[in-house]
Amino acid sequence: MKSTLRTSLTVAAVLFLAPALSTAKTVKVGLVLTFTGGAARFGQQIERGMNLYLKQHGDTFGGHDVEVIKRDSKRPGGDIAKNAVRDLITRDRVDLLTGFVFSPNAIASAPLVTQGKVPMVIMNAATAWIPNLSPYIARVSFTMWQAGMPMGDYAKRELACTTAASGYTDYPPGKDSVAAFKTGFEGAGGKVVDQIPMGGPREVPDFTPFFQRVKDARPDCFYVFVPAGNHAIAVVKAFADLGLAQAGIRLIGPGDINPDTTLQDMGDAAVGLTTIHHYSADYDTKANFDFVTAWKEAYGADTTPDFMGVAGWDGMAAIAHVIKTLDGNIEAEAAMDALRGWKFNSPRGPIEIDAETRDIVHDQHVHVVVRKGDRFGIDVVKTFKAVKDPCKALKMGKCGQ
Amino acid sequence: MPHLEQFFNIGVSILFDGLAYAMILFVISVGLSITMGLMGFVNLAHGVFAMLGGYFAVSLMSGAGVGFIPALLLAAIGVGAFSLVLERLFYAPLYRAGELDQVLLCIGLVLMATAIVTYAYGPNPVSIRVPDYLSGQLDLGIRSFPTYRVFMIVVGLTIAATLWLAFERTIIGAKIRAAVENRRMAESVGINVDLLFKLIFAVGSGVAALGGGLAVDVLGLSPNFAIQYLVLFLIVVAVGGMGTIRGPLAAALVLGIIDNGGKYLWPEGGAFFIYAVTVIILLLRPAGLYGKG
Repeated sequence: MKSTLRTSLTVAAVLFLAPALSTAKTVKVGLVLTFTGGAARFGQQIERGMNLYLKQHGDTFGGHDVEVIKRDSKRPGGDIAKNAVRDLITRDRVDLLTGFVFSPNAIASAPLVTQGKVPMVIMNAATAWIPNLSPYIARVSFTMWQAGMPMGDYAKRELACTTAASGYTDYPPGKDSVAAFKTGFEGAGGKVVDQIPMGGPREVPDFTPFFQRVKDARPDCFYVFVPAGNHAIAVVKAFADLGLAQAGIRLIGPGDINPDTTLQDMGDAAVGLTTIHHYSADYDTKANFDFVTAWKEAYGADTTPDFMGVAGWDGMAAIAHVIKTLDGNIEAEAAMDALRGWKFNSPRGPIEIDAETRDIVHDQHVHVVVRKGDRFGIDVVKTFKAVKDPCKALKMGKCGQ
Repeated sequence: MPHLEQFFNIGVSILFDGLAYAMILFVISVGLSITMGLMGFVNLAHGVFAMLGGYFAVSLMSGAGVGFIPALLLAAIGVGAFSLVLERLFYAPLYRAGELDQVLLCIGLVLMATAIVTYAYGPNPVSIRVPDYLSGQLDLGIRSFPTYRVFMIVVGLTIAATLWLAFERTIIGAKIRAAVENRRMAESVGINVDLLFKLIFAVGSGVAALGGGLAVDVLGLSPNFAIQYLVLFLIVVAVGGMGTIRGPLAAALVLGIIDNGGKYLWPEGGAFFIYAVTVIILLLRPAGLYGKG
């Protein structure tokens, strides 16, 4: 009798569990990042952020395993990324796509995710209108307008600049960033006297002729967008070498030009640099302290996350949320629905995916570079709460389409 | 006349920045020009020596605590000596081979160098700490200039003058000129052209290494350096004409100043100017400014 009971219980348990076991899936995530070449540091940042999340939370979500398939997009041109995405969709049959450092790579891939109906979670590419290109794109990183437009307003009202020049790396996010700055700055009553394209994203140009031009024009503020990394280091250096500060010109920009990862390389030349962004490893919050501590434990005491590392971490959290919500059955429409209105306590502060635009909503902070003992760090002097992308709100250019 | 002063200022800054940029182009390219003129060997891997020079200098400074200028000199000597090993191992067997084989060899060397440097230093760009006495501004009376660029110009002109004197005023220089002019005739009067070539190869590579070290602060340094700036170095050689000192010097000056002026006056033009000038010069003088042909 006893054994019969046990047998029937076992049978019942097997019958009950079997369907659950059979639906445990492996969710394939296609990861497209720059792993080699001059932009390899960006790919490394984002991948480290993702891996840290997986290390802390396990790589099984709602009983479903995550398998990450990596592809190298090498350079900003868009062509290699597009081929990688095509391969990932048609050959590897991935359920989800993520990564995307450079805007052109995300822009070139957008038609493919629409055709293949594969959801795409962008972890960097910040040209404002990218989510408008496909109904299956959501973004956890940031938009150029979230930093550029408040910076324009801040430069006029708080930094008392009445004239400004802007310089940018000549590709979509650069044009986006200076357009955002101009809208904010001229909206507050300032005047942008010069907008200078300064070479492409692939190679760091010699910034001297462009900066010399600005020095001779003597605006109050010089707003610069270049890709974080090597370009940013060269900008800060050229600004100091040419003595623009002594000429009474103030260097400002989005936080791309002073990410945490390059701050120590910039040295004294960066002190006083004022930018607006959504993340710095120096933020004094519990969530950020835990994140930075875990990062240094995983990757070494001399490493630091920057805004890209945080986007990798948050992006992986978003993907985990999609997998759990859809119980492993990833489908593009449903994935976007799962992400709409998703709220998360990120190391950068509270974030949310806007239900209407599928774009990130987060706080923006005014960063000033200061010396902190034997290292350089960021002080936050002002915060703008829950900033939605102004480009889409104002329907500027391609953001209105 | 504020306008006149303004024009003067713009002119001075374009000339100065162009000159500084030209010096880097010249120092890195001059070795390539002479080896091509002497051996007809298109060494597409020439940029590797500049790259190695940069990394060598960076390592010496951060690892061994060597000063900036000694590090540059040691990098030049070290890479010059190392280039002789490469010359014996890889280049020498292919001197009589076809151009395609030579090009393939060079591309292979570039790819290997890129991979080795990536392995040793990682894919991320490295930076160099320029000593305090070379950073900041230097007041030269008419206006102040970035000290480092003044230093670049001084180094570049010194190298140009030294090479020119060695080329034009010494017996070895005369032998090299003879060999460039007519290799077989030079050999038949007893000039050891192979030995000369080794010398030129090592000096050219060493000078390029010095240029690579100088360029870190201006162009940056990453494992892609050798391929990234290859086109620029080839343009200097093509525009200047092969086998001379003044050829690459003149080409570097023309290209450096026009590129800087173009970017200053018309930034939207981007890289247009350097290519436009190249096309025009080569249409007028297919063998380059000082080339024969």
